[in-house]
Order: sequence, then C-alpha cells, then structure tokens
Amino acid sequence: MVTADKNGNYILKVSNLAVEISNKPIINNLNFKIKRGITLAIVGPNGAGKTTLFRALLNLVPYSGKIEWNGKTKIGYVPQVLSVRDIPISVREFLSLKNESESDIKAVLTSVGLYSEEVVDKSLATLSGGQMRRVLIAWAIVDKPDVLLFDEPTSGVDLDSEEAIYGMLRKLTAKNKITLLLISHDLHIVREYSNYALALNKCMIFFGESKEVMNPATQKQIYGEPICKEYGEAYV
Amino acid sequence: MVKPMSEAVLYSLVVGISVGLAAGYLGSIMVLEKMALVGDALSHVALPGLALGILFNFNPLVGGFAFLFVSAVLIWHLGRVTKLSFETLVGATFTLALAIGILLFGDNLDALEEALFGDITKVGITEAVVAVAISVAVISLTRFIYRKIVLGLISEELAISKGISIARNNLLYLLLVSLTVAMGIQITGTLLVGFLVVTPAAAAKIISANLSKYLLLSSIFGAISAISGILMSSYFNILPGPLVVISGITIFVVAMVIRWRTKFTS
Repeated sequence: MVTADKNGNYILKVSNLAVEISNKPIINNLNFKIKRGITLAIVGPNGAGKTTLFRALLNLVPYSGKIEWNGKTKIGYVPQVLSVRDIPISVREFLSLKNESESDIKAVLTSVGLYSEEVVDKSLATLSGGQMRRVLIAWAIVDKPDVLLFDEPTSGVDLDSEEAIYGMLRKLTAKNKITLLLISHDLHIVREYSNYALALNKCMIFFGESKEVMNPATQKQIYGEPICKEYGEAYV
Repeated sequence: MVKPMSEAVLYSLVVGISVGLAAGYLGSIMVLEKMALVGDALSHVALPGLALGILFNFNPLVGGFAFLFVSAVLIWHLGRVTKLSFETLVGATFTLALAIGILLFGDNLDALEEALFGDITKVGITEAVVAVAISVAVISLTRFIYRKIVLGLISEELAISKGISIARNNLLYLLLVSLTVAMGIQITGTLLVGFLVVTPAAAAKIISANLSKYLLLSSIFGAISAISGILMSSYFNILPGPLVVISGITIFVVAMVIRWRTKFTS
C-alpha cells in the first residue's frame, strides 16, 4: 500500500467512492490515496470503470463518497477520444485554446520533440498518430499542471512510437514533478513506466507496486480465471 | 450607361454586408457542429411572428425575432431536458411554425411572398443602422464564445473540466443565430436566409487549414454572396433571395475547384 510522505500529505484521497450511471453501479466503494510525484496506472478489463473513475476525479459525473485533491491542485486531462479530425485547426491554434502565450507554446512543443515552424502551422487533421499524441501531451502540460490524467496515452500509435512517447512522458513528469495517473491496457507498459498500479473491476481488486502486475497470481486476480475448453486431442 | 444606385439598394447593401459577415461568422460554428440544417430550419420559425406583425400593425421583423428567440430558448431547454439533438427538435418545431405562419397570412399572398423571399425596396436608413449595430454585437459576442465552443466540439469533457458551461454557450449561440436570421429576412426572406448561415462557411471549410482563415473566409464569402445577390437583383429587377443563393453556390463551386486543384498539384 502507498504510504503518506513525511509530511503526511497526499495529493489525492478517494474515500468510499461510488458511481452509478443510469442506476447501474459502475464503481463501488473505492478507497485509495496517492502522494505527489508518483505514476499510478489504472488497469482492468473493458467496462471496469477506469474512464468513469477519471470522470469522477474531474467532477464530470455525479458520485457519492469523497474525492479530495490537496490544496489548489491543477489537473491536466487528455481524454481517450478527441474529435479534431473534422475541425480546420492548426497545432498553434489548438494549443492557444488554453490561452497560452506563443513562447509557452514553443517551449512545450520543443519539450515533446515536435517544435518546428512547419508543424505549428499544420492542421491537426494532417498529423500522424504519433505526432497527434505528442500534441495532446503538449496540450496537457502546457499550463503546468500538478497532476496529469491520461486515458490510453498511446492508442492508435505504432509500437516504436509508443515506447518513445512513454519515455518522454516519464522524463517530463519527473522533470516537472507531475503526478501521473494513466489508464493502460498494456501490462508491459504499466510495469515499465508506472510506480504503482490500481486494478479496477467495479471495485478495487489490486493496489500495489506495478512490478507485481506481471505476477500470474495478480493477473488472475485482475482478469479472473481464463475459461478454457477441454478439447482432448485437438487437430485439423 | 450605369444606372445610379437607389437609396434602397444602398441601404440594402449595408444590411447585406452586415448580415453576410455575421451569418458567415456564426455559420462557421454551425458547420463545425454539423448543424447546418438547424440554421436553415430555424429561419422558418420566424414566419408566424412576421404574420403577427403584419396583422397587428407592428414591425414584422420584431415579431420574427421574438418567435425565433422564444423558439431558440424552447429548443435549448427541451434539448437539456430530453437529451434530444438540436436537429431533431428544430425539425419538429419548424414545420409547425411554417404551418401556423401560412395560416396566419391567410389570403394576404403579397405579404407572404415578401416574408418568404424578402423585399429590399423597404430597407431604409433605420434598418441599415440597426443591421450594422446588430452585426457588430453578434460578431463580438461570437468571438467571446468561439474558443469555448470549439473546445467543447473537440471534447465536451475537456471543456467541462475547464469550467466551461456548454449549455450556456449554446443558448447564447442560438440567440445570436436568431438575431442574425431575423436581420437577414429582409434581404432573402425566411425561405432562403438559412443559406447565408450554411453555404459560405461550407465553402470556407473546404479550403481552410486553420481556424483564423476559416473564420475570415466564412465572413467574407457571406458578405460577397449578399452584395452580389443584391446588386444583380437591382440590375435585373428580380427577387434578391435566389440571386444571393446563386452567388453563394458559385463561391462554393470555386472553392471546390481550388481544393481539387490543390490536391491534384500536391
């Protein structure tokens, strides 16, 4: 279990959290707290309530229980789905929707390895999957958040770019002391790039160090017993 | 020999430019929201208000705006309560308004024709001044909510997480559309005014890679459609509405050709 730092300060405390959507329980009795600067991966099968947890943390859905952010915590969020493909908007215009200055935009694009005069004036619709994800990371960190909530940071990105993006996220969060909460389906990524993992399936079924996620017993806990059929001697 | 421009045409041009700029600007959001038909259908809602103005002897445009305003608020409220899309609600409302309007006009066919197709001969200095003032107000207010609406279009969750009230912005937007449509009825009539909100923005979108260019071109195309329609109407002495539409469609076709050429050469 994650413990409090020396000052006993947590950046986030969640107590007895429950979320229902259309009278259907999505999250039940969730309790956890995390300290500043860690990377917490949220894992679990489809429909387990991972995205709903983020939505509750952002106060986008009604919930019962308590969500306490420490002091004036600034939260950056990048949802899984963004509808930018049909909007004629350049990278510069997209980032300036947050009212950031030209120099901030240049600095943040440089930090995600994407700055060039050509790229800032490119339409978002023409970016590759990897470039788009870098722009989204830039979007999330441009106003210097304390916490970053990232829902599937590399969906739609090829394997090589995925590693590069996670490597960059790790550097950025360490350098800027950002607490990162990320949803991922990839347990290899969870082990490599997060300190702790929270497995969710309506309620919390695992909370501990990420390296334990690869343990078969833990995986059985998270994803349940595989249902196998007995074929005897299978052949075609 | 070039005929001197009559005062009515001059004032109509002022109204046309104002309406064209504001409608193009507002329409750029409507096209992004994929609500093009909303702009078109909403314009018909003004018809009963225009009829009441003529029946009870007050400015029909005030009646038209009142009906548009009330309908916009009603649609906004029903949208929040029922979670139905604007398109569905406008679709249900506009046919009812059209039916009531036609019944109210009764056998006053000249007035009905004027309401449906517009009449620039009745545009005077008052209408021109009011149109300029409304246009400036509409564009300024739209500028104020533009970024918020675009952010909401990109991701509703992102917008809400930044404390933006999507419902409040949508309401303000619908009211601005109502004002612009009411103003445009003088030039094109209720039947065709929706065109000014939709087509200039559609033409701008297919040749724009960024928002600034898209907004600028939407407004300019709106104004050019209105100006050329009014000038042709005065020259050929026919109704301006259809000519505004033909000018706008010409711009749209040119934009398509530009897009096709750019794609082909690159």
